[in-house]
Amino acid sequence: MPLDVSLVGRAFPSTRPYRVSEEKVREFAAAAGVGWETGDPVPATFPIVLAFDAMNAFLDDVGVELARIVHGEQRFAYQRPLAPGDVLSATLRVASLRQIGGNDIIGTVSELTDESGALVCTATATLVHRGDAA
Amino acid sequence: MSELRAGQALEPKTYPVTRAALVRYAGASGDFNPIHWSDRIATSVGLPGVIAHGMFTMALVARAVAEWTGGAEVVELGGKFTNPVVVPDDDAGTEVIVGATVKSVEDGLTTLTLEVTSGGQKVLGMPKAVVRQAGA
Repeated sequence: MPLDVSLVGRAFPSTRPYRVSEEKVREFAAAAGVGWETGDPVPATFPIVLAFDAMNAFLDDVGVELARIVHGEQRFAYQRPLAPGDVLSATLRVASLRQIGGNDIIGTVSELTDESGALVCTATATLVHRGDAA
Repeated sequence: MSELRAGQALEPKTYPVTRAALVRYAGASGDFNPIHWSDRIATSVGLPGVIAHGMFTMALVARAVAEWTGGAEVVELGGKFTNPVVVPDDDAGTEVIVGATVKSVEDGLTTLTLEVTSGGQKVLGMPKAVVRQAGA
């Protein structure tokens, strides 16, 4: 079922505050074959852990099954590097929605902010929701 | 490490991608989309089989960028997932190759134009990384 275009502009509730831990960063780095030591930079794609949480909450809210989602595009812009000890939350809003060939093309923007409310990273994603006919 | 110069081609990096690596990435990232571990579900939504997480490919790109720049601060990173990385259910899996050219070095920011392929096909469209190079 196609998504309703009235979603565009809607912001979803912020994710629960997430503490970036050295253990999680090490695990994430290791999954890409990187040996991470205390003091090393946090892998650049780590913010996806929060952005993905925000996306899951959004998909649940609008009743879309995760298996029907294919990632179309992802971009990150960083105000500063993430660091262990950061407590961050992600707020997702729907920036655009188009229907092409039975698929919904959903543009989302997730802003990661720290405890002071300062923006740390903006994660922009295009999600392709594959329709039943796909 | 030496500073990067505009026009410089960087040594391509080749990384293996196996089913086991996808399972590990799923756990580490929290992305449990079954198209990354179940052929049954992947084919039921029209994919050729289990595909790598786009973000796993991008994590490998971030790894290459960190290796080339000595862990420089990343200011921007991204791309379009133009072709899926299909990962066969065998021990070898497939490979992702990440190449780059230094597009510009300006105001302390180094922009890389990337080429990311798997099985001879480009898997990332308009991939870009911008890093802050200390001393640049």
